Amino acid sequence: MHELSIALGIVKIAEDETAKVKAEKVTKIELVVGVLSGIELDSLNFVWESAVKDTVLEHALKKIIVVEGRGKCIDCDTEFEMENMYDCCPNCNSNFKGILTGKELKVKALEVI
Amino acid sequence: MCGTCGCGSDNNGPTILKPGEEMHTHSHDGHHHHHENHSHGEHTHHHHDGHTHAHNHTHNHKHKVLEIEQDILQNNQLLAARNRGYFEAKHIFVLNLVSSPGSGKTSILERTLSDLKEEISFYVIEGDQQTLNDANRIDALNVPVIQINTGKGCHLESDMVYSAVKKLEMQNNAILMIENVGNLVCPSMFDLGESKRVVIISTTEGEDKPIKYPDMFHSSDVCIINKIDLLPYVDIDVQKLKNYALQVNPNLQFFEVSATTGNGMDAWYKWLKQNI
Repeated sequence: MHELSIALGIVKIAEDETAKVKAEKVTKIELVVGVLSGIELDSLNFVWESAVKDTVLEHALKKIIVVEGRGKCIDCDTEFEMENMYDCCPNCNSNFKGILTGKELKVKALEVI
Repeated sequence: MCGTCGCGSDNNGPTILKPGEEMHTHSHDGHHHHHENHSHGEHTHHHHDGHTHAHNHTHNHKHKVLEIEQDILQNNQLLAARNRGYFEAKHIFVLNLVSSPGSGKTSILERTLSDLKEEISFYVIEGDQQTLNDANRIDALNVPVIQINTGKGCHLESDMVYSAVKKLEMQNNAILMIENVGNLVCPSMFDLGESKRVVIISTTEGEDKPIKYPDMFHSSDVCIINKIDLLPYVDIDVQKLKNYALQVNPNLQFFEVSATTGNGMDAWYKWLKQNI
């Protein structure tokens, strides 16, 4: 359940950023999570409530922007959608690819008050 | 990020001990989820002033939007980079050993250390949720070892390795083996500053494990297939396992070994010696 670590990391970022601008609390947080990032959204949602309790994020609205996975074949340059890390090139079946998007895991924005 | 705490009680934080050393307490003053008063001996605090680019747009009187675009794993990555720089400067080759529980990480380690310790200086960091058992097994071989107990935590993070390394006082030109918590999911996201990541799978596990747990195989450099002495008794197609692993990560390098009989260990030793 590394999602708990991730949630606590998010809390830490929110606490630091809120303190920097001397705000009281966060009303909305936007997260960007790629489908290949290794995070289960269900697990993150499951631990969220206990992780944010008694923090600036406690009553914040959480918005998650999910980024689809895209890869580019190293052998034939085809760009393709990736659902799994092991998806091969649909054109030439090569396993050698670069991941273009889908590994994102970040706090995009915070609305503070 | 102190994801180790699990944030349940005061006793869940990581402890970092040498065999024979007394457990020291680690106080969470008041216990906040954000651990601001968290005193931890050498534990560093992660400030990231200056790393973010906050553009503050004022909407109405008090409401502000902070567009911070900050990577959630940034703290872990920064400290991992710091560890890596230290290792490189000291010419220490560092392996992060990952696998499910019971695939033989500690046995491979024991065998490797007892066969090579006269030729190469080794150091070991052991990660487990509880007990000094693994550290005691390594200590019995007279190799310097630190045990990290993660409590409820399911993986090692770079700050724990940082604290453990400080205790190890390593000499130059050595190999540091970090045995991660037995878990094929969580450790994959956490860079510790290692030179290479080694995933271990045994012949008693399913051959499709690489595609069931792709993140770990994707992020590893080397795959050791252990317990090959059991091949006559188990129903596994090693080539199929390798093909699945290569599907996830075409750059994986394989070693087939038995830590029990020593079969196949020579190729692994040769690779270690080439890298030091």
